[in-house]
Amino acid sequence: MTYQGRFRVWRGDDAGGALEDFTVEVNEGEVVLDIIHRLQATQAPDLAVRWNCKAGKCGSCSAEINGRPRLLCMTRMSIFEESETITVTPMRTFPIIRDLVTDVSFNYTKAREVPSFAPPADLAPGEYRMQQVDVERSQEFRKCIECFLCQNTCHVVRDHEENKEAFAGPRFLMRVAELEMHPLDTADRVDQAQDEHGLGYCNITKCCSEVCPEHIHITDNALIPMKERVADRKYDPIVWLGNKLFKRS
Amino acid sequence: MPELERHSFDVLVIGAGGAGLRAAIEAREHGLRTAVLCKSLFGKAHTVMAEGGIAAAMGNANESDNWQVHFRDTMRGGKFLNNWRMAELHAQEAPQRVWELETYGALFDRTKDGRISQRNFGGHEYPRLAHVGDRTGLELIRTLQQKIVSLQQDDFKELGDYEARLRVFQEFTVTELAKDGDRIAGAFGYWRESGRFVLFEAPAVILATGGIGKSFKVTSNSWEYTGDGHALALRAGASLINMEFIQFHPTGMVWPPSVKGILVTESVRGDGGVLRNSDGKRFMFDYIPEVFKDKYADNEEEADRWYTDQAGNRRPPELLPRDEVARAINSEVKAGRGSPHGGVFLDVSTRLPAEEIRRRLPSMHHQFKELADVDITAQPMEVGPTCHYVMGGVEVDPDTGSSSVPGLFAAGEVSGGMHGSNRLGGNSLSDLLVFGRRAGAGAAEYVRAMGERPVVPEDTVTEARATALRPFQREGGENPYTLHMELQQAMNDLVGIIRRAGEMEEALRRLEKLKQRAGSLTVEGHQQFNPGWHLALDLRNMLLVSECVAKAALLRTESRGGHTRDDHPSMEAEWRRKLLVCTVAGDVVSVEEKPQIPIRRDLLDLFDRTELEKYLTAEELS
Ligand SMILES: Cc1cc2nc3c(=O)[nH]c(=O)nc-3n(C[C@H](O)[C@H](O)[C@H](O)COP(=O)(O)OP(=O)(O)OC[C@H]3O[C@@H](n4cnc5c(N)ncnc54)[C@H](O)[C@@H]3O)c2cc1C
Ligand code: SF4
Ligand code: SF4
Ligand code: FES
Repeated sequence: MTYQGRFRVWRGDDAGGALEDFTVEVNEGEVVLDIIHRLQATQAPDLAVRWNCKAGKCGSCSAEINGRPRLLCMTRMSIFEESETITVTPMRTFPIIRDLVTDVSFNYTKAREVPSFAPPADLAPGEYRMQQVDVERSQEFRKCIECFLCQNTCHVVRDHEENKEAFAGPRFLMRVAELEMHPLDTADRVDQAQDEHGLGYCNITKCCSEVCPEHIHITDNALIPMKERVADRKYDPIVWLGNKLFKRS
Repeated sequence: MPELERHSFDVLVIGAGGAGLRAAIEAREHGLRTAVLCKSLFGKAHTVMAEGGIAAAMGNANESDNWQVHFRDTMRGGKFLNNWRMAELHAQEAPQRVWELETYGALFDRTKDGRISQRNFGGHEYPRLAHVGDRTGLELIRTLQQKIVSLQQDDFKELGDYEARLRVFQEFTVTELAKDGDRIAGAFGYWRESGRFVLFEAPAVILATGGIGKSFKVTSNSWEYTGDGHALALRAGASLINMEFIQFHPTGMVWPPSVKGILVTESVRGDGGVLRNSDGKRFMFDYIPEVFKDKYADNEEEADRWYTDQAGNRRPPELLPRDEVARAINSEVKAGRGSPHGGVFLDVSTRLPAEEIRRRLPSMHHQFKELADVDITAQPMEVGPTCHYVMGGVEVDPDTGSSSVPGLFAAGEVSGGMHGSNRLGGNSLSDLLVFGRRAGAGAAEYVRAMGERPVVPEDTVTEARATALRPFQREGGENPYTLHMELQQAMNDLVGIIRRAGEMEEALRRLEKLKQRAGSLTVEGHQQFNPGWHLALDLRNMLLVSECVAKAALLRTESRGGHTRDDHPSMEAEWRRKLLVCTVAGDVVSVEEKPQIPIRRDLLDLFDRTELEKYLTAEELS
């Protein structure tokens, strides 16, 4: 079951770097992160990698494996051929810090730009009443582990540094949708989504949804419905008002 | 030497899990300039991994529930060793803390009438755990994170600066606390990214650093759990209590090896999952201890009826407190009735329809499918005990979270007392919120009442820097990874779930040798994001804390909760009245006995006398 696997890992920092070749032991049931850890323990003690839970729950270990954005801790070695050379590189959309670690502060900046939950003034803590069916929509988006793989993948910013200013990215457009669909949120977020967070840049290619390790239907359930609300608002404000009132009742 | 980065705050919170974030919110709401420091990215602390839920007697699922019942369950779970005042505050305040999360934007699963749904968990008399599927910790941390962002947005509106009153320093590790005389004066540490050092000056520091599980080989804990806060507190002169009590969660994954230890949530059993041995027998019926006989069903029929009729039936024994279930699994495996990979079977596939399993336990379904090729809707899981939680921690004043060192506070897993000898599932998340808030308020009050601000002595900085850089200065020393593996193996084998005097003495001998070897570690490379260096610094804390665990465990000659002695198998009422207190002087850990404060009369009156007789001495009962 044990074999010697061939790996190419990107090493370097903001000044530049290159792929480095390694041959390393691989055992049954292992994931790519196990191999990176073995490299640290045996061949490259200062190889930088971000991780935390090793269970797909914290979203720290995002990287690109053979060019595909993935979580290192949830990518099993068994999906590769033993003869295959596996290439591990850092996420491309964010600036490099060192080796596999990137500077993801873009995402924290965007998070801060989304106005927070606006609670109803007339309800005290403990008085909130919501039906399961009504919270499920936002709950799906709250499964997000903030791995930022969708942010890394979306072509609007992937090779377009210049769009970063105006575009919140799928993760944070989804956050706007989550609040918009929250049964008790009192803010109006439709215009904001379009005007402040760059919803218009999204042309629903669904690449973000494809890489989401939580299998959240970002495009279908968050982005498209938000776009519909923007469109409804443009053509028919009464429809929008109706939706909003219906939602609160 | 590059210029040292310096910051000054009123309150420093070390840790951005549930306890740290709740404490920071409270300190900031008291108007204090507050900083949160954490080793990983903001929003990724260990709390994110919590699955099953948060315990609070809201009475949404069963109206008979109230704080008194929750208090009783907590004390029973901890075998009455708990700090009763903490258990009381916790039971009383948990509902408010959960409801408050809804005002921050949390979306819990709902009951039919639109309230927060509550699920069953081991040791809780009624369905009591508020939850979001099996990702409750994620909801908790994201909600608190978003509340912090919302406070920062308020500050931006008012003062034009998001970070005017509340700032998060992420990927930052604290290595030393600073003191001015006997008072806390700040903290010293390094940016993980650049390796550069920073000094924080602050009159109040709240430790919220979580647990110590990374000293054990098989654990559900992440790399952050190196006992930093425990060690920082010790070195600053504070004391730790209950360090001998470590919770081994009964159900961790056992296969494949690379995921060994990863948690399988107790909700699997709360929602109907059962444990079987290789003969297909539901063995837990054979392991109901005397003290719990009136509460747990002794036959399958009654146990199964309980899921639909809790008033008329006793609970299934799969839902006994964790220490009991973990020991039972251990015994079954030892007796040769284990599963192929050295665990037992946990089966929910024959108990619930596939659709229902996917809805109620989505992360478990996902985790087994992705990591073990097991479909839990069709097959049983293989599970075994895994090191999960440390009951021991910083000795604190229950009402304010203050340690014995002025200005030093602690909350969450790093504090001790609340859970006694064994924590009930779901009681940690509530603990984080209740005592995080109290520590935030306690620190705020301390800062308000204090006279002159303390000053960090310059030699503290010089020494802290020298200590941190030592591993770079040596050549040809050992690699920190090797030492870490040896430490984990020793703790796992010799101070694990079942303990014996001889083995613990052996552990202490090995720890002594490891300590010496740790003095001559070598790390390669530079200070910039260097995991080898980080581990070398963490090892120092792990070794210190492991020594506390082993020493206290050797002294306590009884079995209780998360401390099982093969050579002293029974629970002794005399020992219930004693706490073991660890302190450190220089490099030497000492452990001393200290009497427990007697339980307040009105709280004792919440129990039947016959039950108290099982735990308390005749003298205490008279
Ligand atoms: C898999 C799993 C599932 C669980 N499920 C449940 C559950 O369902 N219900 C329940 O009640 N409990 C559960 N628990 C227990 C519970 O999650 C933890 O006890 C709790 O989250 C600890 O929270 P905390 O705030 O004390 O610390 P943590 O959330 O662990 O946060 C610690 C913080 O301290 C920081 N830190 C540590 N050292 C340093 C340092 N030197 N410098 C700077 N920062 C530092 C870390 O970076 C981190 O931000 C579970 C635990 C695990 C492992
Ligand atoms: S669907 Fe929109 S947000 Fe998602 S990747 Fe495509 S353009 Fe980007
Ligand atoms: S939406 Fe999915 S891909 Fe995007 S950050 Fe969240 S979990 Fe990651
Ligand atoms: S390490 Fe947490 S998601 Fe991979």
